[in-house]
Amino acid sequence: MFSYFANPERFERLARVVTPWAWGGAAVLFAIGLPWALVISPPDYQQSETVRIMYVHVPSAWLAMAAYAGLGVSSFIYFIWRHNLADLAARALAPAGAVFAALCLVTGALWGRPMWGAWWVWDARLTSMLVLLLLYLGYMALRAAIEDEKLAARAGSILAMAGLINLPIIKFSVDWWNTLHQPASVIRFDGPTIHASKLWPLSVMALAFTALLTALVFSTMRTLILERRAAVLERKREQRLEAEASEGFAE
Amino acid sequence: MSAFFAMDGYAAFVWPAYALTFAGIAGLVILAIKRRKDAESRLKRLEAEEAGL
Repeated sequence: MFSYFANPERFERLARVVTPWAWGGAAVLFAIGLPWALVISPPDYQQSETVRIMYVHVPSAWLAMAAYAGLGVSSFIYFIWRHNLADLAARALAPAGAVFAALCLVTGALWGRPMWGAWWVWDARLTSMLVLLLLYLGYMALRAAIEDEKLAARAGSILAMAGLINLPIIKFSVDWWNTLHQPASVIRFDGPTIHASKLWPLSVMALAFTALLTALVFSTMRTLILERRAAVLERKREQRLEAEASEGFAE
Repeated sequence: MSAFFAMDGYAAFVWPAYALTFAGIAGLVILAIKRRKDAESRLKRLEAEEAGL
């Protein structure tokens, strides 16, 4: 299956269809989700209006983790089969995932301050989420620091795969350790424990974030392909200029 | 309306959360569009040069 999509032409065709639909889908879903989250959904009986932070905090957290799962999987595919497109997917996912992780931490602080009385606590959930952000930043820094593109891709893929261990730690941190953070209330075996009036807008917002990430990744992958094509032409041009210069010397 | 903006006294927490989320997402989208435009114009210039030889 991976080889099927590793064909650049096939990817181009797929991307041309998926990208505009994903942008459009994100716009529509935000247009529905935002008024639902900010106006229609009821305030919480304990947390009052601060519960509205959930509609941006939780999707950010999910997407930061989903993007990292994507980063890890595409790194694995690149590491084993050397499919270029898998590496491009990893490069496209990293900055978006980093932004979502940062948003999760910041909106969490803005929620924690009024509800817990603290912007930040070193508890397992918050700390493992911070580690996720640092993994993203480390991944991007590592790739930027290595000039040889192939080597950068390989080193990056190893770091990304190693970081996958953090995902179950984030997910189960609230069960394994005593934390201030509330336990899972949506993705759990016995079904969501959150009321439908909040679960619905949360789902719409999560889908909006997902559509946005999809559009960003496909669009960035196509940009990276264009950049690679330009780099090839630039190298050719340099070689030509060099050849002309040495010819000039010979005369 | 003002009750909506007041967010039951939590305006200073709810609105920044939404504003920052918007800023983060808008930043990602704008940078992605700019990078695409730059790549397209660079490639076009190089291809024109190649064709002109």
